[in-house]
Order: sequence, then structure tokens, then C-alpha cells
Amino acid sequence: MEEHGKTVIKVGLSTCGIAAGGTKTYEALKAAIKENKLDVVLQKTGCIGMCYQEPIVDVITPDGNLYSYGAVDEETGRRILAEHVKGGTPVQDSLISEERESIVGGQVRISLRNCGIIDPESLEDYRASGGYQALEKALKEMTPEQVIEEVLRSGLRGRGGAGFPTGLKWRFTRMNEGDQKYIICNADEGDPGAFMDRSIIEGDPHAVVEGMMLAGYAIGASMGHIYCRAEYPLAIVRLEKAMQDARNAGLLGKNILGSGFDFELKVKKGAGAFVCGEETALIASLEGERGMPRLKPPFPAEQGLWRKPTSINNVETFANVPWIISNGADKYAAYGTEKSKGTKVFALAGKMNNGGLIEVPMGVTLRDIIFGVGGGVRDNKKFKGVQLGGPSGGCIPESLLDTSVEYESLTRTGAIMGSGGMIVMDETTCMVDMARYFLDFVQNESCGKCVHCRLGTKRMLEILTRITEGKAAPEELDLLEELAYNVKEGALCGLGQTAPNPVLTTLKYFRDEYEAHIHDRCCPAKSCPELLTYTIDMELCNGCRRCAKHCPAEAITGEKKEPHVVDQEKCIKCGNCIDACKFDAIMAE
Amino acid sequence: MATSAKTLEVGAIPYDEIDTIIGNYKGDSSAIIPILQDIQEIIGYVPKDGIAYMAEKLEVSAAKIYGIATFYAQFRLQPVGKHIIMLCEGTACHVNGAKLIAGAITDELAIRGGETTPDGLFTFEKVACIGCCSLSPVMVISGETYAKLTPDATRKIIKEYQEKEAAAQN
Repeated sequence: MEEHGKTVIKVGLSTCGIAAGGTKTYEALKAAIKENKLDVVLQKTGCIGMCYQEPIVDVITPDGNLYSYGAVDEETGRRILAEHVKGGTPVQDSLISEERESIVGGQVRISLRNCGIIDPESLEDYRASGGYQALEKALKEMTPEQVIEEVLRSGLRGRGGAGFPTGLKWRFTRMNEGDQKYIICNADEGDPGAFMDRSIIEGDPHAVVEGMMLAGYAIGASMGHIYCRAEYPLAIVRLEKAMQDARNAGLLGKNILGSGFDFELKVKKGAGAFVCGEETALIASLEGERGMPRLKPPFPAEQGLWRKPTSINNVETFANVPWIISNGADKYAAYGTEKSKGTKVFALAGKMNNGGLIEVPMGVTLRDIIFGVGGGVRDNKKFKGVQLGGPSGGCIPESLLDTSVEYESLTRTGAIMGSGGMIVMDETTCMVDMARYFLDFVQNESCGKCVHCRLGTKRMLEILTRITEGKAAPEELDLLEELAYNVKEGALCGLGQTAPNPVLTTLKYFRDEYEAHIHDRCCPAKSCPELLTYTIDMELCNGCRRCAKHCPAEAITGEKKEPHVVDQEKCIKCGNCIDACKFDAIMAE
Repeated sequence: MATSAKTLEVGAIPYDEIDTIIGNYKGDSSAIIPILQDIQEIIGYVPKDGIAYMAEKLEVSAAKIYGIATFYAQFRLQPVGKHIIMLCEGTACHVNGAKLIAGAITDELAIRGGETTPDGLFTFEKVACIGCCSLSPVMVISGETYAKLTPDATRKIIKEYQEKEAAAQN
């Protein structure tokens, strides 16, 4: 909690901040504060979304001004204390306040409202920012039907990807008879390239807990399960702490806030299966079985966990709910478009300048996101495409960058909103290899229950691999497309039905790349190793031997100060020499 | 399978601890996944004999437990090395050259994904997204995250671990 009159220092300690060395910075600050007997408050906070600048340290001076510092190592941390906190002069060369304002200021942060601002491990901090007021309002002033009505009117749709109206899901679950009902939070964020759920839990766990309690009250459930990826240990620790703190404060458990409403929560660690993001597979896994999907209907709203009516919603969906109840449906629905209301969080990554997490109103264009907040393509390379929605999504070319971000318009392109992963690709990314990558992923993750997914994706992967190796016959392209449609129609669950999307969209928008691999045996992006030959330009090479030293296969030979040559027999096409050469003398064609 | 503790290698599996874990879940057979997770936490992997023992205690078939253990990527049925190298193969890491990093690791240690070096020092695992996409490509060795890798940087990091281990042995 912020104390007036004192300088507050906040260190971004989500997984991204920790990976960038944030813990060392935090410890260095802590030691230096103690050593110099500084009267400041040192806090941990979540991720503000500018992951490329981590570790981020915010200094809030007693007059309330915020100074943001980026890439703060131990030394810079000590300088900030000495020069800024003690000396009163900000450390200019590490200051990112303006950049933060231009990136964060242009967003509408609803589900991320507290991330990077409050201390996620402090219930007081959450309450000071308005936390648990929505719960109090609902329990004291609203009937469960009114809560559902409010969420329905807000237009909130499932943020996990499919976009089913949240209020409707709750109404169906409420209407179904059952002596026990369940709320499940799907935090099994398996889409490689999406990390918003992790970030929300790590940065604002109480928002998820409160959202689930509101959902429980609405549908008439007294028990909730959070199914969280085991790969997110920090998220699990913070969730459990949040639940315990809420329990101690009488916000979770029996007779909450004297209302007579009982609600309990449990965290269950996933064990690493992408298919468990599918709701019926998730239920099977919660019941202790292999995570295999079940045929729908019956939908979980009728027969879910232990055959009882169950509503499964995503982390981001839950994080929106307390805000909607506190601020009203109209205020939420004022953002976005007619059919896609509110805001959406996107995880920006790949060949993008400003990788990280952002939240924007629905309806902005892909171009605005990628070239605005995202800062455009890294290293001044040319934009080629953007992959949306992970393994179930698709690759969209530059010509469609003015597509607005809403469920329907993205589906029309062949991609999907999905969980909101956005991976930018430049001219050096091979689209056939991208399709192969995703097929490899889903083929590995296919649970094996239905033939279309188990065998269909395998055969598709084999064809794609042959194409990237330059070994495919021309007629295999048609076969690939036919198989893709068959799998889409025949698979049992969402994983299989959407698995061909990366292939179908790249075939639709980047067919020329497939044809170049098949007919010309060449990879236009110069990325597929089997189709490349490494040669050294005799004119440009000055015989510095750098490449030879970096070649793990000892395939480069030549006298010092004389042009070198690559032995094609030995070359393993790893590309180390290109990175090592300072004279651009090595080519891969 | 009526394997009992007596026929197993002495000291290989801490049966007492497995008993405690099963006790924590009150012998609930729907808790097979968390029980396996806890066993892996203390032993480092899920031994086959441990599965048989669990089956007896929980009164379910060993095949069922084995089916669950092999379904989920998290469970390892082989002992692991001292240092686990987890290379992220998420989309962002893939686009930013995770394949080259995998090549560098294989080069340096002569093991592929899923294998352990004969000296028992390193296990190389390829994992799905770790969630540090904007720092890609990323690997985690013994809990320490290494970001924005290049093949050369990767080799250097592994060599540092090897040197540290060699120094510790002398």
C-alpha cells in the first residue's frame, strides 16, 4: 500500500522480470536501502506489459510523480537510489517514462488494470484499488440473476478464444438442475506465444479470485477449481497466497461478508497437455483421468465436472468481471464494436520491436497494434505476416492488416481471435516452416482419441516436412489441402477441428512460397536449411578466420588473409558463419 | 502386477514418502495426477516400480496409472540429470531461432531432446512455451532463465556449467 510522504520503489517481478534478472535488482535495491538507511518503501509488482524493457523499476516520489526505469541491473539500481532517491536527480540514461506513457497511455486497461501497479501479494493493495467491492455490491445489492444480466449486457465474450457470451454460459449453467454446481477457471494457457493469463494471475491474482466468486454466486456454485499450468509455478504460488489471504479476511469460505453465500476454491496443477485447454478434456483431467475430450452435447453447463452443471471460463474473462460489476455494463460496452464489446489483451512477440502485453478496445486494426504500440518490425526488416491465435489460428498477410480486431472479422480471414497471441513474422520467416511448426505441435499434442486428428495431422506433417526439404511432388499440395479440410470436418474436438488452420491460411495467402519449395526447390525466406547452400564471396572475404572459428563442423577452410571456402559435404547449415561474419561475405541461397 | 517392495532394489524408491503422499490425498484415486506430481517432485521422476506400488495402495490397475503418466508431458519415467536444460519451443522462440539453439546444445552435449548425458550431468528437454516470448529464444537451466540466446552464447553457458562441475569434482 502506498504510504504518503515516502518514496515508493516498485520492481517488476513477474516471470518476464525475473527472467531478465529482476530478482537480483530487487535484492541489490533492498541491500542498498538497508545499508544507506533510506526511508523508502520497496515493493514487488507484476508486469506492466513492456517485457522488452524488464527489469522495470518504478520510482514514485513523495509528490506523486512516477519515474519509470528500464533494463535496470544491480548497478543501475544502486545508481537510481544514490542519484535519484537521495540526490533528487533522475538517472536520465535509463529513464523510460515517456516511452511508458506512449505505450501504456494509449491502452484501455481493464483486465490488466492492476498489473504492474499493485503488489500482487498484498490483499490491502488490491482492496485499496477497489478490489472486492464488486463482490460486496453483488452479495448485498444484487440477485444472482441481476449479476448474470449485467454481464450479459456488458457483451463480455469468452476471452479464451471461442468468444461465447459469458453471461449466456452462466445463465445456462444456472438454469440446469443440480445439487452441486461448479465454476472452473481455465488457466491452462497452452498456446505457445500467449502469456496474458500468466501475467494476469502473477500481477493481479485477487481479480481472478473475485471474478470466480461472482461467477459462483451467479450460477449457484459453492465450489471453484482453477486449472493452472504446472509450467507457471509463480502464478500458482501467488494464487494460493491470494486465496489464503482472502480466506483469512472472511472473503472466501463460509457465509462470505455475512451474506450466507459459501464459496471455496482449489488450485489444480495441469500436467502438460495442450488438449486440456479444451473444456471437456480439462474436466476429464480434473477428475484424474487422461485429458481426453468428450463428445458434446451434453455441454458442461448440463453435465460438467462429476456430471454436475459447470461453467468454465478463462482467466482474462474472470478478471474483467469485477470491473463490469463495479463500473456497470454500459461503461464496458461503450468500448469495442457492435458484436465484440470491451477490450482484449494481446501478447505481442516474434520479430516485433516492442514485445509484451497490451490491452486495447476491440475494433482497433491489426496495423494499429503492430506498428503503433508494437513499434513495428525489428531490425528494419520487411513485414510478412502475423500469426494470430496460436496453433488453432492462422497467418494473415500485409494486405489484411487493416482488419479490425473483433471475433467475426478475424474469423473471416481464416484466423481466429484465439487467446490473443500475436506473433509477427518478417521476410526471413518461411511460411511453410511456420505451418510445419504448428502441425508438429498439434500432432504431438493430439490425444489420439479420434482418427482424423491422430492420423490426419500426422500425414499432413509428413507432407509439410517433405515440402520444407524440397522432396515433395507437385500433387502433394492438393492432397495436403484435401486432408486439411477432412481433419477440420472430422475431428472430435476443437483442437483437431482447428489444427489445419495454420496450413489453410498459409496456403491461401502464401501459396507462392509452397510452390517455390516444390517446383524450384528453393525457400524464398532462405530459412529451410535443406534448401540452402552456404557460399563465401571471394571478393568480400578478407580471410579474418572468424567464420572458421565459429563453424562447429569445421567445414570452413582457408589461409589467413586469403578468401575462405565452405566444404559442402561437411556443412551442417547451422548459419553460425553468417552471424559471425562482419563483412557480409557469406551467403545462403 | 503384484510387485511388492521386497523384490525391489533396496533404497531405490522411498516408499515411506510415497505412503505419506498417498495419505495426503486420503487414498483418493481421482488424485492420481497430483500424487504423481508429488512423487516426481521428491524423486525427480516417476519410477515404474513406484507406479506398481501406487496401484496396489490406491486399488486401481497399474495400467491406468501408467496411462495417465504417459499421457501428460510433465511426467518423466526415466531418471534425470543433475541439470535440466529446458529449451523453449514456443512460437516466438521458434521464429527467433530456437532450432539453432537446439543444434548448439546437441553439438555441445551430444544428446537430443529427451536424453540425458552418460555422466548424468545434463538432461535436455524441449518444452512448450515458458511464457517469456518477448525475451526469446529462451532456455532454463536448473531454474535459471537465459534469454535472447544465440548458438554461441548457448555453447558458452553450457561450457560454464561443465567447468563448474569439473572444478567441483577436483
